[in-house]
Amino acid sequence: MTALTAPFGRFTHSVVRAIPASFGEGALRTCSAQVDLAAALREHEHYVAVLKHRLGLQVVELPADESLPDCVFVEDAAVVCGDTALVTRPGAPSRRKETEAMKQALQELNLNIVEMDDDSATLDGGDVLFTGREFFVGLSTRTNQRGAEILADAFKDYTVSPVPVLDGLHLKSFCSMAGPDLIAIGSSEPAQKAFKVMQQMSDHRYDKLTVSDDMAANCVYMNLPDKGHVLLYCTSEEYPESAKVFEKLKDYTLIPVSNSEKVKVDGALTCCSVFINKKLEN
Amino acid sequence: MTTEVGSETEVKKEPEKAEEQSPAPEQDAQAPAAEPKAEAELPCGETAPPGGDGDAQPKAASPEKERKQKEPSAGKGISRFLPPWLKRQKSQSQAEPREAEKENQEKVDEQQQPGQESAPKSPVSEAKEAPGEELKSDDKDDKHSIGSADTQPAKEEKGDESLERSADVKEKEESKCEEKKEEGETPKPDSGTEKPLLKAAKKMKTVMCHVTLLDGSQFPCEVEKRAKGHFLFFKVCEHLNLLEKDYFGLSYKDAADQKCWLDPAKEIKRQIRNSPWQFAFNVKFYPPDPSQLTEDITRYLLCLQLRQDIASGRLPCSFVTHSLLGSYTLQAELGDYDPSEHRLEYLSDFQFAPTQTKEMEEKVVELHKNHRGMTPAQADAQFLENAKKLSMYGVDLHHAKDSEGVDIMLGVCANGLLVYKDRLRINRFAWPKILKISYKRSNFYIKIRPGEQFESSVGFKLPNHRSAKRLWKVCVEHHTFFRLVTPEQPPKARFLTLGSKFRYSGRTQAQTRQASSLIDRPAPYFERTSSKRVSRSLDGGGSRTQHGSANHYATCWPTSLLLSPRLAQWIRLHHPLPRGELVWSDSQTPLRATLVLNRTACLRAFWCLVCVRLASPCLQTSLWFLIPQSKLRVQGENIYVRHSNLMLEDLDKTQEDVLKHQASISELKRSFMESTPEPRPDQWDKRLTASPATSLRLQAQGPPVVKTEMVTISDTFAAQKTEISTKEVPIVHTETKTITYEAAQVGDSEPGVLMTAQTITSESLCTTTTTHITKTLKGGLSETRIEKRIVITGDSDIDHDQALAQAIKEAKEQHPDMSVTRVVVHKETELAEEGED
Repeated sequence: MTALTAPFGRFTHSVVRAIPASFGEGALRTCSAQVDLAAALREHEHYVAVLKHRLGLQVVELPADESLPDCVFVEDAAVVCGDTALVTRPGAPSRRKETEAMKQALQELNLNIVEMDDDSATLDGGDVLFTGREFFVGLSTRTNQRGAEILADAFKDYTVSPVPVLDGLHLKSFCSMAGPDLIAIGSSEPAQKAFKVMQQMSDHRYDKLTVSDDMAANCVYMNLPDKGHVLLYCTSEEYPESAKVFEKLKDYTLIPVSNSEKVKVDGALTCCSVFINKKLEN
Repeated sequence: MTTEVGSETEVKKEPEKAEEQSPAPEQDAQAPAAEPKAEAELPCGETAPPGGDGDAQPKAASPEKERKQKEPSAGKGISRFLPPWLKRQKSQSQAEPREAEKENQEKVDEQQQPGQESAPKSPVSEAKEAPGEELKSDDKDDKHSIGSADTQPAKEEKGDESLERSADVKEKEESKCEEKKEEGETPKPDSGTEKPLLKAAKKMKTVMCHVTLLDGSQFPCEVEKRAKGHFLFFKVCEHLNLLEKDYFGLSYKDAADQKCWLDPAKEIKRQIRNSPWQFAFNVKFYPPDPSQLTEDITRYLLCLQLRQDIASGRLPCSFVTHSLLGSYTLQAELGDYDPSEHRLEYLSDFQFAPTQTKEMEEKVVELHKNHRGMTPAQADAQFLENAKKLSMYGVDLHHAKDSEGVDIMLGVCANGLLVYKDRLRINRFAWPKILKISYKRSNFYIKIRPGEQFESSVGFKLPNHRSAKRLWKVCVEHHTFFRLVTPEQPPKARFLTLGSKFRYSGRTQAQTRQASSLIDRPAPYFERTSSKRVSRSLDGGGSRTQHGSANHYATCWPTSLLLSPRLAQWIRLHHPLPRGELVWSDSQTPLRATLVLNRTACLRAFWCLVCVRLASPCLQTSLWFLIPQSKLRVQGENIYVRHSNLMLEDLDKTQEDVLKHQASISELKRSFMESTPEPRPDQWDKRLTASPATSLRLQAQGPPVVKTEMVTISDTFAAQKTEISTKEVPIVHTETKTITYEAAQVGDSEPGVLMTAQTITSESLCTTTTTHITKTLKGGLSETRIEKRIVITGDSDIDHDQALAQAIKEAKEQHPDMSVTRVVVHKETELAEEGED
């Protein structure tokens, strides 16, 4: 509920995790691509530096775990909204153990932890889009109905509407929040269809920011006390057309962030962090 | 009782109005319709019982229609004497013509549809169509085959009525019209008094209704057996002092224990059937933006409803939200956090969540501390600001199955129809997208505006026919309330005049907002008291001597008073209290005294307030529940009451206590009298000693509604100064005492022409109230005189003083525009040892 009173995108903390050496070979991917581990490490380092130094967030850095090649994508391990953190049960069995370190970190941040006890439920945080008013949860290869139900149970204040993910790994593989009530969405047909579903389900009208590349539609929006609207988006080197769209946003602090290596294993910008607003009642 | 007076007077001007109103829409409707009678006939069947309509119709309607109308009544009347099988045939044949007409109507509807589709209101017109559909029984898709079966009983009802109670009907009619009129005008019924000739010498069967209010208290209300829903509803709203009433409704449990809304336009009896006359006052339409409500009292009631919704789990919230809302509740109910008195035990009396943990209570307290300085009204507003954002706020859920037999929930809300599977919202149909709502047997259908990715008609399976109908009704009502802006438009009129058994008869949200904007009264005082606490405290012994709403009063003793310096001074001087019992804050003005739970102190405080109350009727409702931080003007004195949940543990008092208590009361009262600008004669002392059988006489002066400033009572039997000595006598003997107080200005005892007289008797636990209402015509003015005889029977445990005060108080509340002119206390005491239990 406190989330209802804080502005959308207000965060104080971020949980990230280092890239293990096994990342290059072991990370799951939908298409076979060669990952340059060194480039990936540099990329991630820059990403964390932006959060920490440029934006001044308290960054909790979890150590890498070699047995969990995908562990850098912390977003999938937990969904945090307000004071509540839902520790997920990731859809890929190889990733299930990623939640352990995440749970501990969230506990240390004094969040109310909800766990997915149901063995039939799967949920990846990448399928969860929180708009500030409600949740959309992608039903994908990684997230099932039961997982969505548990999400709804964990965040009772909000409406949770499922959205079928017909193409792509996660719901947020083609969309994300780019501002209050502003949804960035890819221009592919499945993406546009998903947006239609979301619009149909919602009592609220969202603005739509269509970008030409689905993957570029995944950006990180924040509303920070002394910076106002902040947007992390993929660089124009990667997605020139899409970058132009973001660059037209007025009154934003725009921070292009390179994601060219992680994207090879379906990693997007939101995937690498879990954001938390801790100064809720203090 | 009151109700009678109230409604009669209000009703007076109605008939003509109604006549003007009802025909007009009919004519409008007729224009497009091929068969005028279809529209004309049905409305009279539905909107009102035949008797009244008979008067109204001829003006606008064709003779044919008139005939039609009479037919059923006569037929039905006779049918009462026919064997059931014959009866059945009869009604079937009757239903047929109707159906045919319906058919025509359907066509008309369809014709209109295309044109309306682009207009935002089109769904509206569609919804209106639906009721028409309900009546159909043929094979058409949207038609309800149950329809005809449904309509028949309705007809029968009408028939019975018109035969049995032609006079009665008129009156019903009036009260119905009253509502209509009210919609357009001042919400507060003004009670001018005129001649109610029809009522004369009619004996009335009344029933006691019990309405559970949102704070958990019971409001007993006597209604005529044939009264319509709105009559009871108005009584309740009047009792609550609620003007923005359109968001609320009365519900009852049907035989299957399903919650149903009482249709204000229909007879109560016909709706509840064999269920007990037990109702609940509830929010029916949750305002999407409560801050737009005009009055705090409305918001307060909405808060109470939401607290109930939350505690019952109907409105799910997260832990944090439970805590936050709980903290606003505490702020509203208890005021600022006070470490000395707000201990954790306090909280267990509140229910913040379906399952409340210690952790949550701690969180609530923690948050409560942050609200310092917030007034109760502000706390309520904050509560609502947060509650309204909850995903299930204002969503009325119904169990259903989708076309594949999967269990789902259908949620009706301000914006449309929502479909849930488990906790997930799997679909949503906004009102503008819905062209038609209908039901057939246990199926519920919505027709969707084409062009969307969804099929144009969606069907759901409800558990049974009744539930399908209930859902349909709720949809029609929500749609009308939230979507319709200008109900005067022909579509609305058509809607109303259609032959369905049902239509939304109230105001739309747009109208109610407009009406609320005209509310011009000082914010009414009202009590804030947690329902939880009331019910808890009833566990104690106190409840048995209470009746009805009196429970309420007895259990909510103030623990903290803000007194005028003068009054405070007096208490200090004359009642040196044991240390700790009365804690004085610094000698500010006004003084705040904190009464720690102690029966004597509470009683004193109570009596002090009773006296204040009695002396200044302008204080209207329950003085001793005044909200924290609100100041009440009592003839220049400020009185501040904060109540707590720390109730009196026991109401058993020793004889000594009684004496002490009474003695101190008289002093307290005297002091109070002294402190008021216009000292009253101190006859109260004498009254105090009188007891059980009490009869009050209230008198209203004719049409001019004069707010009486004082209860003026002069003692005519000053000699009868009784003492309480009787209580000390252990021997069984009976004692009879009569004390009469009469207002000095009552010089109007010369008899006028008697117009009506009626007697209503109501019984509750230990009281029997007989209300005798007489209306007389005197020099062109009519005068209503209400004599209430309240017989209180019970063991000597009863606090008679309190009972009397309660009676006076209730009388005052029920008849705010009347003054008490005479109080006769008649005591018959049988003093026996075994009386105590």
